[in-house]
Amino acid sequence: MQKLGDFKLPHFFNYPPYFTLQPVRETREKQIQLWKELILDYCRTQKIFVIRLEEEFPLFSNSVIERTLSHEAREAFLSALVAEGRAEWLDKGRRNCLILWHRIQEWADIIVNFVKDNGFEDSVMTVEEIRSGIESRGTELQGIDRTILVRALKLLEHKGKLAIFKGTSTDDEGVKFSV
Amino acid sequence: MVKYSREPDNPTKWSYLSMLQNLEQKKSFLISRKKYPKLIAAGMSNFFSKAEVTSSGRPVLLHNEVECHLLSAVDLEPEDHRHFSLLKSGLLILTTHRLIWLPSSSASTPTSASAIPLAAISHIFSSKKSLKSVFHSPRIRFQVLVSSDGRVFDPSSGSGSSSGSGSRSVVVTAVIRGKGDCDGFLVKFWDSWRARAWETTKTSSSGSGSASGSGAATGIGGGLYSSDGSVRMVGVAGILRKEQEMWESTDKSLQDAFQDLNALMSKAKEMVMLAEKMRQKLLSGTSSQTSGTNDEDMGSKEEMQDWLLSVGIISPVTKESAGALYHQQLSRQLADFVRIPLESAGGMINLIDAYCLFNRARGTELISPDDMLQACSLWEKFDVPVMLRKFDSGVMVIQNKSHSDEEVFARIKSLVTKPEALRTGISPTDAAMTLGIAPAMAKEHLLTAESKGLLCRDISPDGFRFYINLFPEIDPCNMYFVKDYGICSTWIKAVSTTGLGIGERSSTFR
Repeated sequence: MQKLGDFKLPHFFNYPPYFTLQPVRETREKQIQLWKELILDYCRTQKIFVIRLEEEFPLFSNSVIERTLSHEAREAFLSALVAEGRAEWLDKGRRNCLILWHRIQEWADIIVNFVKDNGFEDSVMTVEEIRSGIESRGTELQGIDRTILVRALKLLEHKGKLAIFKGTSTDDEGVKFSV
Repeated sequence: MVKYSREPDNPTKWSYLSMLQNLEQKKSFLISRKKYPKLIAAGMSNFFSKAEVTSSGRPVLLHNEVECHLLSAVDLEPEDHRHFSLLKSGLLILTTHRLIWLPSSSASTPTSASAIPLAAISHIFSSKKSLKSVFHSPRIRFQVLVSSDGRVFDPSSGSGSSSGSGSRSVVVTAVIRGKGDCDGFLVKFWDSWRARAWETTKTSSSGSGSASGSGAATGIGGGLYSSDGSVRMVGVAGILRKEQEMWESTDKSLQDAFQDLNALMSKAKEMVMLAEKMRQKLLSGTSSQTSGTNDEDMGSKEEMQDWLLSVGIISPVTKESAGALYHQQLSRQLADFVRIPLESAGGMINLIDAYCLFNRARGTELISPDDMLQACSLWEKFDVPVMLRKFDSGVMVIQNKSHSDEEVFARIKSLVTKPEALRTGISPTDAAMTLGIAPAMAKEHLLTAESKGLLCRDISPDGFRFYINLFPEIDPCNMYFVKDYGICSTWIKAVSTTGLGIGERSSTFR
């Protein structure tokens, strides 16, 4: 089985037409679907939150069959993800894409569960602690992208589950849970 | 050859005298000179053309003649005194047509006004600036043609016919003793002489002369109207009038030209009406025909159609029936001809290739691309075994009716599922070789197969290749799953033999 790091690649990863944006509508739709799933899977397992189009992304090339996705193809697949709500463009030039293999709502739920599991219902934590604290090790929250975390927290704040307050520096941004 | 003898006391007289061979003539001449100086002067000026002068001393200008420049106190000197004697101190007027010399009022009668037509001048000498010329009065020298009777060659009158005109010429010097602008005069002299206004005067419309004939003659002394009733050209008004006359003449000649065109147009209208009548007749002929066709009628009708076609008019019957005879015949001929190339080309041939082959076979009487296209489109109406087909990419081909896409696809599929093709795909050239058709045709087939979902394209630095389409078999929700039997597993097997890493059996990947 071919691997990319420790990621298991599907068999069609070695199918050369997979790396060429297909013109025929039905074929293209199938192709896009496959790529979307693959990207999400890969990002989830590798904990990749941002894909930068101008940089090399291991998933987008296959050295065995010597094929690479063209810029147009990459943009097409990522745009499909954005359309589905599983990703967001970070800039207007469409050079950086935020991958939401968990939707923000899902992240919010994960945070709530995390809080409940660890009994932080009424306590205060810094944002950084949520990301890299001892409690979050081994959970999905470990190493979460800061942007995503803040968005999820804001969503929860909107729902009244917590309150965010600013500290002297960004690292000191604190969260008071009232789950 | 005449010999000259100089008279010691009066150098100006010597040339004329010496011409008189007879002593008697000499005597009488000398006497008459003393007695009738005016007469002699008049005789002398016989050399020049007569210039008419109005009662107030203004020269009467010819039709279209315009004054250009004036110099006062000018002497006209001949190079030799055979022709005329010195004309002293007169007014030299340059016009577009002549050089007019008017004696000053203190001198003799108005009858001695003289003119040299510019047409008679054969050369104008350029002024030589030398030390001498600083002290001398400025001089203008020019050469005048002399006719056989000793007079200035006058192109307008009958005298000085062509036989005698070119033989002799005399150099005349105009000595400007007055204060006039000599250089300016010289420039204008050149211009007028070169402009040759007297030549255009002859061809100008005579109508304008008669139109203004009603205007009185010299009633207005020095006015717009000259003695013969034609309008005189003076100054700016003259120039404007000249312009207008030019426009009028152009207009008239244009009208004349268009007369011919109108005649042509009316004829053309007749032709068009004739063609229309023919058309109506043909149309009514076809509609009135029932079952029994009269052969003769058909023959003549076909003749008419042919004739109409040859004139460039497409017979309207064409659109209703199976088309003009010419195209019908052509279409059948083409269908017959194209059969053999089709076979050798594997059942499909590019329209352009067919066109070239057909024309080459015809040798002469080549057909145009339009004719070809029309002939091919007529096939639908006939029962011929060939048809014209247009691909998505715009390529047009002639193919056998018996040709079926399905069959081609089946052949392509069998080609593309071969182990080698599974690994590396096929290129249009490979397909061409296997299918036995031209590469361009093969590419069209492959593209059509792709649009049907049979193939997938692969664009890489290696080129443009096609693979069997595996996508339908892959389930996005279960990407790692591969059916045991199916094209995917076949593909995996084929690929694995080259050690691409997908070597294990598919079932372990579930």
